[in-house]
Amino acid sequence: MTREVWAFIEQENECVAPVSLELLSKARELADRLKGRVCGLLLGSGVTGLAEQAIHHGADRVLLADHPELALYRTLPYAKVITALVQERRPYIFLLGATPTGRDLAPRVASGIRAGLTADCTALQIGDFERGGETYPDLLYQIRPAFGGNIIATIVNPEMHPQMATVREGVMKQREPDSTRRGEIEMIEPGFDERDLALRVLKREMRAPTCDLKGASVIVAGGAGVGSRENFQLIRELAQALGGEVAASRAAVDAGFISHEHQVGQTGVTVRPRLYIACGISGAVQHRAGMDQSSKIVAINSDPDAPIFQVSHYKIVGDLNKVIPWMIRAYRADVAHLPTGESE
Amino acid sequence: MAYNCVVLVKQVPDTANITGQAMREDGTVNRAALPAIFNPEDLNALEMALQVREQHGGQVTVLTMGPPRAAEVLREALYRGGDRVILLSDRKFAGSDTLATSYALKCAIERIGDFDLVFCGRQAIDGDTAQVGPQVAEKLGLPQITYAESIQALQGSEIVVRRAFPLGSETVKCTLPCLLTVVGSANQPRPPSARLMMACKLAATPLEYPTLLERWPEFETEEALDAYLARRDQRIPVWSAADVKADENKLGLSGSPTKVLKIESVVLETSESKEIPPTPESVAALVQELVEDYVL
Repeated sequence: MTREVWAFIEQENECVAPVSLELLSKARELADRLKGRVCGLLLGSGVTGLAEQAIHHGADRVLLADHPELALYRTLPYAKVITALVQERRPYIFLLGATPTGRDLAPRVASGIRAGLTADCTALQIGDFERGGETYPDLLYQIRPAFGGNIIATIVNPEMHPQMATVREGVMKQREPDSTRRGEIEMIEPGFDERDLALRVLKREMRAPTCDLKGASVIVAGGAGVGSRENFQLIRELAQALGGEVAASRAAVDAGFISHEHQVGQTGVTVRPRLYIACGISGAVQHRAGMDQSSKIVAINSDPDAPIFQVSHYKIVGDLNKVIPWMIRAYRADVAHLPTGESE
Repeated sequence: MAYNCVVLVKQVPDTANITGQAMREDGTVNRAALPAIFNPEDLNALEMALQVREQHGGQVTVLTMGPPRAAEVLREALYRGGDRVILLSDRKFAGSDTLATSYALKCAIERIGDFDLVFCGRQAIDGDTAQVGPQVAEKLGLPQITYAESIQALQGSEIVVRRAFPLGSETVKCTLPCLLTVVGSANQPRPPSARLMMACKLAATPLEYPTLLERWPEFETEEALDAYLARRDQRIPVWSAADVKADENKLGLSGSPTKVLKIESVVLETSESKEIPPTPESVAALVQELVEDYVL
């Protein structure tokens, strides 16, 4: 039997969401390794046009459920359609994006079919697993940080298939689309009863991101050490002076200094800027997981033993309230030889 | 109309505040050095349930699954106003993944029986999976409302909830009973009340009796202590797998589809680090170096 790798296709602004394109690319790679097929799951209302895009990005087949009740994502109708499909066709692997939608849907489906599920994977590989003298070949290695990012766990699901995983956004590489690829589109006719529609969406307001951390070449990040929401203005000022984006650790977000959108780390965004300046961030490994690929890291912290210093290229043990203004002044003096009009 | 609430909570190692002291020389984390805490978003879930009780009446039952030590978070729940707490504890639960955990919790919630709303934190900070809430909802056959930030209306058998996402929000209306997973921005959890701490200071599970007898030798036997605590309504019940009629094949390692192949400690590699003294001159020199190297 041909092994199938399924990918759930999310939509964003009437296009396939970037995370789903990443998933399709990864699914293609895994399916090629398994000599299997890639199947995309596309649910919505009036979304037929997106099926081709999924095929261009690696799907051999798209299972398409187009129904008015599927227009906006809701757990129960989506889970019903997908659970039935998985039960009927038994894919080998089933991947979803670790987005708010994917993380709502995946556990619901996994519980319904009693399959294993690993959340928020940062790497997926194919490999063997041995247990009690038995070898399970070609399993999906589901690799993820755990324990606040302090350990990296490799999880397998030897028997209760499909092997389900949600995959972190921005981690898998997206392949170039191939518009000559051909695939099959199969229509699914869903039916819903009253219980599936127990929840209604009264209002949904989504906004465009106000920052682009993924694309930034300079990032200034603040942590709990910044001290207050007001003082976070210092981080913004440095970012503005350097032409960079503002980021934060989870501690700073949890403390309400700044919105979650700016969070870098295991439960935030993964970034790879040319320069990352960590201010008052202790450096829990969960934060490091999101920024350690930065080309140059400058860390400012008053605690000389802060773990952040173990990954930084430049270590400044000192008070960020003093160091940041020095930096701003030095940068303006250095680069902006042009008069700024400020009376400093 | 009164609403009975069940709140699912978890005791977790404090992975969010790892200081230099919890790091070993080789750069790995010394887990034993981390304190065990009430999972932060579970406190938000408890707070939301307590506010439902305050506005509408009803009972707040707090349930945790864990080792005997997890009774600590149940006492904390009592100090914050929980009406009734239950520890689900059995060696048979050991090694459970989220599927087996949610099955055990489902069995316990069925034994609790009379409820309108189930609350839990969005996710626990040790695993960050956010899976147990939706899986419990599925097993109970309930609608789920994840990322719940506030209850906008609760009337009759309908609830209106605002859900918060990183980039937006959604308002949904749902029929009861249902399950909510609550985000950290939902509320400011109340601190423990001094009055309740006094009132519940003896609260203990039978699993803790041996230790308590060492502290209070005047009770002589566990039975005597048990009778004393029961009289004062200070006995925290412990439910086993059998007590909640759980199928053993669905528990622990045998009930868990996922297996851990390996665990690698993340080692903070010491990169080539250059120390910059905290003076205006040195900082200026660093900025200049970054500019000259085209980093800035």
